Amino acid sequence: MTETSSPLLEIKDLYVNFAVYGGDLRVLDGVNFKMYAGERIGLVGETGCGKTTTMRAVLRVLPTPPARISEGQVFLEGRDILKMKEEELSHVRGKSISMVFQDPTAALNPVFTIGKQMEAVIRNNLLEERKNDSRQVRSVAINALQDVSLADAERLLESYPVQLSGGMRQRICIAMALTTNPQILIADEPGTSLDVTIQDQILRLLRDLVENRNMSVILITHTLGVVRELTNRVYVMYAGSIVETANTERIFQQPLHPYSKGLIATVPRLTGGGIANGIPGHIPNYHNPPTGCRFHPRCTQVAEICRMQKPPLIEVEQNHSVACFLYSSEQKVNL
Amino acid sequence: MDSPKTLSMKPNYDIDYIKQLEHNSRREEIGRNWYKFSRNSLSITGLIVVVAVIIIALLAPYISPYPAHAGPFTDFANAKRPPNLTYLLGTDQIGRDILSRIIFGMRSSLLMGVVVLTLVVPPGVFLGLVAGYFHGTWIDTLIMRITDIFLAVPPLILALAVASVLKPNLWNSMMAISLMWWPWYTRLVYGLATTLRNEYFVTAAEVTGASTAHILFREILPNTISPILTKMSIDVAWVIIIGSMLSFVGLGVQPPEPSLGTMIADGSKYLPDQWWIAVFPALAIVVIVLGFNLLGDGIRDMFASEES
Amino acid sequence: MSMVKFLIQRIVYSVFVLLGLSIVIFIIARIMPGDPARMAVGARAPQWVVDRLREQMHLNESLPMQYYYWLSDALQGDFGLSLITQRPVTNDIKEFFPASLELALFAASIAAVFGIGLGMLSARYKDTWIDNLVRLFSYAGIVTPSYIFAILFILIFGFALNWFPVIGRVSDNVPLPEKISGLVTIDALLHGQLSTFGDALWHILLPSLSLAMGSIAQAARITRSSMADNLTKDYIANMRALGVSEREIMSRFLLKPSLIPTISILGLDIASILSVAFIVESIFNWPGLARYGMNAMLYKDLNAISAVILVFGAAFAVMNIVVDIIIAYLDPRIRLRSARGD
Repeated sequence: MTETSSPLLEIKDLYVNFAVYGGDLRVLDGVNFKMYAGERIGLVGETGCGKTTTMRAVLRVLPTPPARISEGQVFLEGRDILKMKEEELSHVRGKSISMVFQDPTAALNPVFTIGKQMEAVIRNNLLEERKNDSRQVRSVAINALQDVSLADAERLLESYPVQLSGGMRQRICIAMALTTNPQILIADEPGTSLDVTIQDQILRLLRDLVENRNMSVILITHTLGVVRELTNRVYVMYAGSIVETANTERIFQQPLHPYSKGLIATVPRLTGGGIANGIPGHIPNYHNPPTGCRFHPRCTQVAEICRMQKPPLIEVEQNHSVACFLYSSEQKVNL
Repeated sequence: MDSPKTLSMKPNYDIDYIKQLEHNSRREEIGRNWYKFSRNSLSITGLIVVVAVIIIALLAPYISPYPAHAGPFTDFANAKRPPNLTYLLGTDQIGRDILSRIIFGMRSSLLMGVVVLTLVVPPGVFLGLVAGYFHGTWIDTLIMRITDIFLAVPPLILALAVASVLKPNLWNSMMAISLMWWPWYTRLVYGLATTLRNEYFVTAAEVTGASTAHILFREILPNTISPILTKMSIDVAWVIIIGSMLSFVGLGVQPPEPSLGTMIADGSKYLPDQWWIAVFPALAIVVIVLGFNLLGDGIRDMFASEES
Repeated sequence: MSMVKFLIQRIVYSVFVLLGLSIVIFIIARIMPGDPARMAVGARAPQWVVDRLREQMHLNESLPMQYYYWLSDALQGDFGLSLITQRPVTNDIKEFFPASLELALFAASIAAVFGIGLGMLSARYKDTWIDNLVRLFSYAGIVTPSYIFAILFILIFGFALNWFPVIGRVSDNVPLPEKISGLVTIDALLHGQLSTFGDALWHILLPSLSLAMGSIAQAARITRSSMADNLTKDYIANMRALGVSEREIMSRFLLKPSLIPTISILGLDIASILSVAFIVESIFNWPGLARYGMNAMLYKDLNAISAVILVFGAAFAVMNIVVDIIIAYLDPRIRLRSARGD
């Protein structure tokens, strides 16, 4: 992907804390992220590493009593979302950025029909003049449902979520997110709560939809195979910050960060290699995270400096950056 | 819910060692639970109040200033006196010391709570266990249908009806209340048992040939203890309230024995001028009920926080 | 299953329960020592009168037969004569029931409106002083029995402040409006007698408030926690993320699911208001059925007791059905899922 002059979405040094019993959980520890128009970015990492939290912070839909954005900026075309007032924010949500939640069953209100929910979304995002035209709103909803290959859209609009299958609910959530014609679509682990075959269908659907519209997409996932098929750039996240980012092909060929290497190695290969052993250790305790680089307790190539300082994200080759002292020019460690 | 501490299938370890482990973990659990409980000052308040009430009730004849006033006693010369130094809470319409009568009244209230629960909980829980474990069979249907009939009656009506056909006294009112109370425990335990019987530890016990009695009482029952305990502590308060309503109407403790309900009923005739005759017994009830409720909430919080 | 089927199922179930209740009442009444016929005519009536009456009352036949006669009479509206008032119990019921109904309806409305309203307020201003005040009040309301509130209100609002009257349905000098529904407030409105309406309203406020306090507290508590819980749910975050206005989310998409547990509990509470009413009716000298029933129980007026219990039982059942319908309307999951075991 060629870089245009400035990124569409840029996250700078984002820190998010969760206030829980016994102290603060420092969930996001300085996330940096850049997205240019038209890109399809995969955000990869283990469960619990902060991928969803990051994206919810972008849209400012974190539950703010426990959660708190302590530092950072999120620029959408140059404007800081985190500083926006309610009015401006409502233009970002839906119209500029849309999100498909991870669990479609939880994301749909159980006591309202699909139609009422979709219509609420559509109405809130239409231009002023067209807001009150209920027939218009309804036809937008029907079209959206047809776009996600759901038959009998009329009947679906009158149904309640409890009457539908998991796959249908997932498609409906996608349809809802697309009714707003966003510039950026964030898809949070689409299909993970579903049967593998259904998940495959959903991913194909997403791919087709994305190709037909000119949307930028952020795909959150913990499955590398999905990343390979659907994205052109990847951000690898660990324990609350980005550890590596590269074009998709490149990261599979040449992962640099020890964590990425471990991840890529766990993808079973048909030719040579077999099934790897996984990465020893476990994800850190967010109450008292490891000092310095949060990965250091698990790293096979750990050095003294890794325990003391957090490595910054440094560009190693074009479009390929790593946050690891192994590649830092000042502190070249001899191994 | 927490998995049980009992082991149904014991491999070839030293039995005593395992028993020691269980004992220690139970001790630790009690210690942990107490720690959780004690951190909530409201629960501690509830506990203190309840303990105080129990002590007062037990020592009633010894600590009340005029124990004779709790029986047949009249002193019209001193009737309807407002609170003063001789009669700390005043006297009622016959001249009896209100403080002493309240102390003795607490006694019958507590007695009622304890007796009713003792009568109600074992059969109620037992029926719920049986119905829940045999979910789907005729045993279940029979037990639950009868329970439903009792539950469908408006709460007080049954108690009033029964109390009205029997001779009015403390014992009969307790029977009446018990008759209407047991279904709540059956329903509570039934709901728990139907879920629990699908758990693995039950299947494991069945497979190893444990008797039904063992499964019911040693496997399922221990896991229902916390909701039952919570309900019991809050129920004492409710039984006391309902008991006071029965005596208000004249169907409970008979005069001249004191009961908080009758004292309030009598006292309400003398509002507002001799307000103390009704207000102090009412306060007494509020304090007792508040204490048990706080205690019950504390117990519930203690068990609930385990799950989060 | 559809609403109609659901409704029919519930009605049939209630009928069975009421039948069961009637059997229980009947058995209890017959356990009573003493001869009902003798009690009806008094101690001085000659024996042959008593025997004749026994024939008439079918007292010499088997218990099941007696039940059959009693039930068939009851279904035709004949519950026999009241020992106390010496007139058909049915008349007594017709006279006193509307008063209790009026009280219960007022209490229910107050409970619903203020309970849910306070709960919403508490949730909106969560963790501020408003919230804490409401929570404290709720706790006090839940643990205090209604008669204590009655006494409290009488002392404070009735006597100390003298804002409200404390006895009866209307003041002594105010004539009752002609009876249409039996509910004095409604009847006064229907006749356009505004001053009577005001007077009746003033009289009903304290007793219904006493009855409603517990329910208000309970409803406020549950509404608050329900809304607070649902606020963090994904379906709210989803709406927010897709640009739906905060106002619409709060008033529509948060409120409806949060009301469901509230209305379940509120419904149960309200349904039991009738049975707890007797103490409040006593204290306020309210001429209602609960007080009538209470007297019947004290004087062992069997016919009246049985009738009152059945009436309250039926009212309770109806209330439960209404609540079930409302909940089924609010929560489609209940009527759309296939029936599971209880």
